[in-house]
Amino acid sequence: MPESIVVGLDGSESSGRAADAAADAARHHGLRLVLACVVPWSPYSFTTAEENERRSVEKEREASDARDRVLAPVAARLAEAGDLRIEGVVRHGHPAETLVTLARENDAAWITVGRVGQSRVRTLLFGSTPSSLIQLSPVPVLVVP
Amino acid sequence: MDVLAATFDERVDSFFAPVSEVITAIVFFAVPLDFIDEGVELPLIVVWLVVAGFFFTIYLRGFQFRAFKHAIALTRGDYNDPKDAGEVTHFQALATAVSGTVGLGNIAGVAVAISLGGPGATLWMIVAGLVGMCTKGVECTLGVKYRNVYADGRVSGGPMYYLTKGLKERSPRLGTLGKVLAVLFCIFTLGGAVGGGNMFQANQAFSQAQSVTGGEDGPLGGGAAGAVFGLVMAVLVGAVIIGGIRSIARVTDKLVPFMAVFYVIACLTVLFANVSAIPDALWAIVSQAFSPEAGYGGIVGVLIQGFRRAAFSNEAGLGSAAIAHSAVKTNEPATEGHVAVLEPFIDTVVICTMTALAIVITGTYADESSAPGVQTTSAAFESVVGWFPIVLAVAVVLFAYSTMLAWSYYGLKAATYLFGESMLVDRTWKLIFCLFVVIGASSTLDAVIGFSDSMIFLMSLPNIIGLYILARVVKREIYGYRERLDSGEIVPAQQRS
Repeated sequence: MPESIVVGLDGSESSGRAADAAADAARHHGLRLVLACVVPWSPYSFTTAEENERRSVEKEREASDARDRVLAPVAARLAEAGDLRIEGVVRHGHPAETLVTLARENDAAWITVGRVGQSRVRTLLFGSTPSSLIQLSPVPVLVVP
Repeated sequence: MDVLAATFDERVDSFFAPVSEVITAIVFFAVPLDFIDEGVELPLIVVWLVVAGFFFTIYLRGFQFRAFKHAIALTRGDYNDPKDAGEVTHFQALATAVSGTVGLGNIAGVAVAISLGGPGATLWMIVAGLVGMCTKGVECTLGVKYRNVYADGRVSGGPMYYLTKGLKERSPRLGTLGKVLAVLFCIFTLGGAVGGGNMFQANQAFSQAQSVTGGEDGPLGGGAAGAVFGLVMAVLVGAVIIGGIRSIARVTDKLVPFMAVFYVIACLTVLFANVSAIPDALWAIVSQAFSPEAGYGGIVGVLIQGFRRAAFSNEAGLGSAAIAHSAVKTNEPATEGHVAVLEPFIDTVVICTMTALAIVITGTYADESSAPGVQTTSAAFESVVGWFPIVLAVAVVLFAYSTMLAWSYYGLKAATYLFGESMLVDRTWKLIFCLFVVIGASSTLDAVIGFSDSMIFLMSLPNIIGLYILARVVKREIYGYRERLDSGEIVPAQQRS
């Protein structure tokens, strides 16, 4: 039996709506809510020596920014009702791949993400997290506009 | 205006040449070997580097060859702990180090080696690259083992740290020696950073830019052109290292690997265009390594040219790589030692050899009308595709730029070690560094190349003394790691439970 719903948060309005939708469903099905914020990062990117020196510090800063600015407001809003089990996770990595890993780790029923309003050119060049999620995910994906 | 300008470049040069000559004479003190061939000399510093390479290759029983397969797995990320996502990976540490070493040594240095030592120099360059792989592995293992983690979480390492911490740990009596060696290393690194890591790069970048824009008569042919070109480069370097405009550095970092691949493709194009000449060229490289034609200083003369330019290109034994590799996220110093062996392989065994083949096959090294350097390689490219020199010019400028950024960092680490961590030291060093970009672009090659070589090679003196003293520590680290790897205690991330 699935235990949770994984929600991908990026601070956008649509990802906030995704969290709301997931919260309703979690209540309805009695599932745990895993709020996840993935800091985009690649092990194969090119960096300068000075960046490498500061990398550990930067990682901590990025993670705490994500916790404070992205996770905390949404978690606080959803926790007000007091009837949900909520968990917040911050990870570094490829957004879609990391959400899939989290879904596996948490035995998720499905993954919910917001549809990010980015330009066609950007999507064409870099793809979008929802579309790569659909390709990769072993569980259903719910995309909230 | 033009008269005034002409004297500026000349003044820089006339001021610089005598300084360079004195330092070069000391560093490249050479033993005359007249009993082998008239005029052949053996610079002791080259012996110093190569002996270290062979010593460690034998002492660690060909570690660089046994390490190769595992090094690739580590770089690919097979052993990365998922928990460490967001930290510096082996790939990133290697890429940073490679973008610092792949530079003009690969293009201009190789041309110098073959012009002065003939085709046979190529073989010795490859041999030096292969033994240099081991020296790099040793340096980088130590770099990670004795690196510094600052109170604010920054991580950096390098010879100055393993010389102080490592020697003191070996024996308290060696503590003072360690400190002296570390200070010497830092002084030489400052010199190497402004020399080979800066002036040589600026100089050759200007030379190539001038040549593709029409030479002496082109827009970059005027008297002050060198200084102006240097000023532009200096502003671009300053924008990143002082202004903190990282976007420029990011763009360069992405372009450099792309240009490196393109460069190799260009070399291969030259080879395929002359495919029938390849067997003869290979034969020339092998046979002339042992019995060179007259004028190349006999076997010793050829060997010295090959070894010297290989060392200048891949920096093995100089200690610079230990600074670049040290920020990697790992609990096992030996892992970075493994990864580091790939660096001279990419730099010397692959890229330098490509340049060498292109030059030998097209025979441009024999042309004595221009000074050996980028022009020699450029002529080889031009003989096949007319517009290749322009691509080469772009590559040269980019390589030069990324090498400068890397060396400004090495120099900064040396400066802060000597004078303490402070904004004043940071800014002063960076300003001096930018100033030398202008001087480098304005100077003639002889003065610059001599100074660059000297200071960069001097770094190997304190560094390699340290490597010998710490040889046992490295052996323990590497062998201990290999044992656990072979016994199955260390497994790829995917097989961990």
